[in-house]
Amino acid sequence: MWLLTLYRSTIGKKVIMAVTGLVLVLFVIGHMAGNLQVFIGSAKMNAYAAFLKSTGELLWLVRLGLLVAVLLHILMAWQLTRIKNAARPVDYVLRQPQVSTLASRTMRWGGVLLLTFIVFHILHFTTGAVFPMASRPDVTYPAFSHTDVYGNVVSAFRVPWVVAFYVVSMLFLMLHLFHGAWSSVRTLGLVKPSSHPLRRRAATVVAVAVWLGFTAVPVAIFLGVVR
Amino acid sequence: MTLDLNARVPAGALADKWERHKFEVKLVNPANKRKYTVIVVGSGLAGASAAATFSELGYNVRSYCYQDSPRRAHSIAAQGGINAAKNYQNDGDSTQRLFYDTIKGGDFRAREANVFRLAQISVNIIDQCVAQGVPFAREYGGLLANRSFGGAQVSRTFYARGQTGQQLLLGAYQALEKEIAKGGVKMYPRAEMLDLIVVNGRARGIVVRDEVTGTVEPVLADAVVLATGGYGNVFYLSTNAKGCNTTAIWRSYKRGAAFANPCYTQIHPTCIPVHGDYQSKLTLMSESLRNDGRVWAPKRKEDTGKAPGQISEVDRDYFLERKYPAFGNLSPRDIASRAAKEVCDEGRGVGPGGRGVYLDFAEAIKRLGEDTIRERYGNLFEMYKRITNENPYQVPMRIYPAVHYTMGGLWVDYNLMSTIPGLHVAGEANFSDHGANRLGASALMQGLADGYFVLPYTIGNYLASTKLEPVSPDAPEVQAAVADVRARTSKLLGIKGKRTVASFHRELGRIMWEYCGMARDAAGLNKALELIPALREEFWRDVMVPGSGEDLNQTLEHAGRVADFLELGELMCRDALHREESCGGHFRTEHQTSDGEALRNDEEFAYVAAWEYTGDGNTPALNKEPLVFENIKLSQRSYK
Amino acid sequence: MQITLKVWRQAGPDAPGSLVEYQATDVSPEMSFLEMLDVVNERLMQKGDVPIAFDHDCREGICGSCGVMIDGVAHGPMKGTTTCQLHMRSFTDGDTIVIEPWRAKAFPVIKDLVVNRGAFDRIIQAGGYISAATGGAQDGNMIPVPKAAADSSMDAAACIGCGACVAACPNASASLFTSAKIAHLGLLPQGQPERYRRALKMVAQMDIEDFGGCTLFGECQEACPKEISIDFISRMNRDFVYASATAVEQKSGGGHG
Ligand SMILES: Cc1cc2nc3c(=O)[nH]c(=O)nc-3n(C[C@H](O)[C@H](O)[C@H](O)COP(=O)(O)OP(=O)(O)OC[C@H]3O[C@@H](n4cnc5c(N)ncnc54)[C@H](O)[C@@H]3O)c2cc1C
Ligand code: HEM
Ligand code: HEM
Ligand code: SF4
Ligand code: F3S
Ligand code: FES
Repeated sequence: MWLLTLYRSTIGKKVIMAVTGLVLVLFVIGHMAGNLQVFIGSAKMNAYAAFLKSTGELLWLVRLGLLVAVLLHILMAWQLTRIKNAARPVDYVLRQPQVSTLASRTMRWGGVLLLTFIVFHILHFTTGAVFPMASRPDVTYPAFSHTDVYGNVVSAFRVPWVVAFYVVSMLFLMLHLFHGAWSSVRTLGLVKPSSHPLRRRAATVVAVAVWLGFTAVPVAIFLGVVR
Repeated sequence: MTLDLNARVPAGALADKWERHKFEVKLVNPANKRKYTVIVVGSGLAGASAAATFSELGYNVRSYCYQDSPRRAHSIAAQGGINAAKNYQNDGDSTQRLFYDTIKGGDFRAREANVFRLAQISVNIIDQCVAQGVPFAREYGGLLANRSFGGAQVSRTFYARGQTGQQLLLGAYQALEKEIAKGGVKMYPRAEMLDLIVVNGRARGIVVRDEVTGTVEPVLADAVVLATGGYGNVFYLSTNAKGCNTTAIWRSYKRGAAFANPCYTQIHPTCIPVHGDYQSKLTLMSESLRNDGRVWAPKRKEDTGKAPGQISEVDRDYFLERKYPAFGNLSPRDIASRAAKEVCDEGRGVGPGGRGVYLDFAEAIKRLGEDTIRERYGNLFEMYKRITNENPYQVPMRIYPAVHYTMGGLWVDYNLMSTIPGLHVAGEANFSDHGANRLGASALMQGLADGYFVLPYTIGNYLASTKLEPVSPDAPEVQAAVADVRARTSKLLGIKGKRTVASFHRELGRIMWEYCGMARDAAGLNKALELIPALREEFWRDVMVPGSGEDLNQTLEHAGRVADFLELGELMCRDALHREESCGGHFRTEHQTSDGEALRNDEEFAYVAAWEYTGDGNTPALNKEPLVFENIKLSQRSYK
Repeated sequence: MQITLKVWRQAGPDAPGSLVEYQATDVSPEMSFLEMLDVVNERLMQKGDVPIAFDHDCREGICGSCGVMIDGVAHGPMKGTTTCQLHMRSFTDGDTIVIEPWRAKAFPVIKDLVVNRGAFDRIIQAGGYISAATGGAQDGNMIPVPKAAADSSMDAAACIGCGACVAACPNASASLFTSAKIAHLGLLPQGQPERYRRALKMVAQMDIEDFGGCTLFGECQEACPKEISIDFISRMNRDFVYASATAVEQKSGGGHG
């Protein structure tokens, strides 16, 4: 099968990573939009959550899709990293990066951090298996609830280290996207020749927007702007 | 005269000779071609194109180059362009005109039939290269662009930015790699040919040293092609690559191939001047700069130390415009070079050591604007700035002539075969079609003509018409050649003297430049003929070659090349001394017109001087191939 | 000028290597980097040492022979410049310069700073050509080539095969080199018949040679002495994906049994 040929080559692997990465980007943007409903109020947000859950099979299909995307993304990242490590068995004593961005150089470790984040995040907000509470629990939202997403979010971000963890993770997400949103389009060959190939306006907008959009929620809650 | 210098030019009218010859040559049966092995030494334009084409025809090819990849042959450095009589510009070009220009440019010292064939084939070269994907410059309409080059009166030069040689070579290299992938060519990079194997009077192989492992081995074949480029590095400083050498053709000369016109050297007027003793090479600035730049030097010695801006207009000597009002700054290479040398000899040169003249764009910038100049020469100006750290938009460039091309080389007949049957020579390595002086953009043309279109026919003819006995690797001739190479290598390593190879090379270069350079005279040449053998003797007594012969040893490679230059240099001086006339790149100060121009002597010297090796320590024998001009009237070149 | 050099010395392909310190005295700012090494080598020889091996030939930035890592930067600090065209005025008196060979599995060290770049030739062998046997070509003006196509093709064709892109790439990827050749030929009408086959084969060979993949660090473009653009990498990917998708259709649709 031709996909297999593609999969076997380094370019194919990178293409898979770009496609899955872009799927994740789309999800993240949508997810961010959903999260921002926190600022509208609990009714609106919970209704949205309820709507999502009511879609039943469709929701599971999307979840499955996301899962496959993440797994493929990670698998390709893993394989390409191994290939790259093998490609330079003896390293330089001194190598000075010239133009590569911090973002590009932290994709791999940043990705691991994102993975950690995602695992924690699902246990946190989706299953509620790990749900640290503030030392003085808020009376309004006593504990994790499968129906009150708004309450979950608000009580979760009363916990300083949780907020810190989210904020830091979002920084890494921003970095990942600062490179990824630009490079994926190039990987797929969807660019016109340019006199400044390293310039990345759209990706910067996406990365910063995603960062602001996500960070706003925990920070606003922690500061008591949303309660 | 003992050599057979029959050029084997086919009969018939000049224009029909090649067609006729192509029909008359014997063909090798397709099924038999793969039974023949042909060695091609060199992967420049001539070698790569020949090797690829032989393989396409079905021969077994073994190809050698000293660099790590065939793509790096020095053809890659050619900037200006390649000529072809396409007449796309409708400006009056034709095969006849290219033929005439080449013969005249060569100061009537080339063989008519070969040059005419070259002009005929030139058009096929462009077609072939376009088909291979050479990205020649184009007009907006999509057709090929041309420019006029080197003072030619028609626009017949095709080019790919300032990298024509690179693009043509990559075309040939890619064809070569295609054939390597198919298995028709076996490529041996980092391999140096150190001797020729001659069995029963025929060239049957070469001795090769693998530069990485040091292994010295014989390689046997049915025919040998040398396309090993020019020997300008005998002058140490030249525009050639550091590795360019004479070894392959010199060893072949010593095995019986005649060396023709060794003294014909082309000096290019626009190179970046020498800046210090450690200097390792000279860089060419394209000739096209003279289209807009004005060449001058201070009128007075006292002014040479001043910044050019402080020398007022009246104190400047625009010597080319003064001496050659008709052609001015566009006078031919040899004339412009000599004029610059004279100015510097008078003590009016500028820059380090007083060896330089100005090439000034101030007026052109004023007239056309800096942007136009940048558009035309931007990358050349940048290159100049990178090397000299001076900004040519503000201060005039400094230029000085440098050795650029060697018209001499192994003598070949119409079939490009040397005086050793089976040994063919192509490209700059043969004595070529350029006579005593080569026109700009004609070397690339010649290399590709030889490799793509001439040799593929003539090699077949040789193989089909010759009965070749198998040669055993144990044959005494083979063993002797290998033993010679090994002995030389161990001798070089064994001297363990005190002087570095480079210092010998530099000294030889100084001698050659001084006495056998732009202007020569009997006294100087005689002096050089004393100095060179003495230097050679010192070399073999006191050269220092560290390391071993069993691995990559660049000093050893260099030493071998310098050893051969030390012999070649002497032959060049001998040739220059015997040629009592001035022609093209060979200027004997004794033979000039009253106003200082080259004075040919067609009565006595309208011949190719083919030197024959007669043993170490013996004077080489002079053989002459008379040059007969049936289609062109000899005339005095004049650029006044 | 006085410069301290730390040069990678390695006697042979399998020998261990290390940085060795040398003093370069009387360095003139007008010297090229390689002329500075020449002078160091002359002194080494006079002391009876084996000179430092490094590749070079044309010394005018076009043959692609030269190339070393200079203070961790391929071809040194000057942009768009090969090692041989770098001049000592780019450094200051008293500097310490670390010199290493290109490092990649596909470029094994032969000696000191000399590496084997044969992998590049094999990538070209895999398809970096237009099959046009000598003799059959039609007139050069039969197929017009738009100026823009010829110009971009020339941009890509300017590659000198030096290997700096691989050396500078954190992944040791040969993507810039390979893509430049695919673009040079693929942008011209003459290159169309083999365009997709060429992309497939050359990329496959690039992988076989153990180069890393491209994750768009962009270092290659910066190191490239001919300033070849990473746009060509995108173009290669596009051609490659298209080629992989269509290649099989041909096979299955061709009805070969
Ligand atoms: C700076 C410069 C600019 C030029 N510009 C132009 C121009 O604009 N137009 C033009 O027409 N001409 C130009 N020329 C001249 C032209 O480039 C050369 O004459 C021509 O390219 C020579 O080609 P070649 O194939 O004969 O030899 P080369 O390209 O020199 O190739 C020689 C080959 O032989 C191999 N070799 C040599 N010795 C040995 C050995 N002992 N063992 C094994 N292999 C060996 C080398 O590895 C190499 O592969 C220029 C020359 C220079 C130096
Ligand atoms: C789950 C853990 C993750 C890991 C381990 C990971 C790892 C990586 C790695 C190693 C790369 C390659 C770096 C490069 O191309 O330079 C990459 C690229 C990318 N990642 Fe991730 N990532 C993860 C999650 C994500 C997420 C959540 C998103 C989206 C929000 C994402 C989007 C992208 C994109 C768009 C690319 C660019 C692909 C390309 O250039 O072709 N990744 N990732
Ligand atoms: C501050 C930022 C974030 C907040 C407040 C937030 C909030 C939430 C909440 C409340 C849920 C549960 C929704 C529900 O069960 O209905 C959820 C689910 C999820 N979030 Fe986030 N999230 C944030 C950032 C992210 C990021 C950056 C990612 C990905 C990289 C992500 C990926 C997911 C996933 C995969 C789910 C599970 C979706 C599902 O149930 O299928 N989240 N998030
Ligand atoms: S792409 Fe640039 S860096 Fe890479 S080999 Fe070609 S010229 Fe060198
Ligand atoms: S540096 Fe390497 S990762 Fe790609 S963009 Fe250049 S090949
Ligand atoms: S030596 Fe040729 S590019 Fe540097």
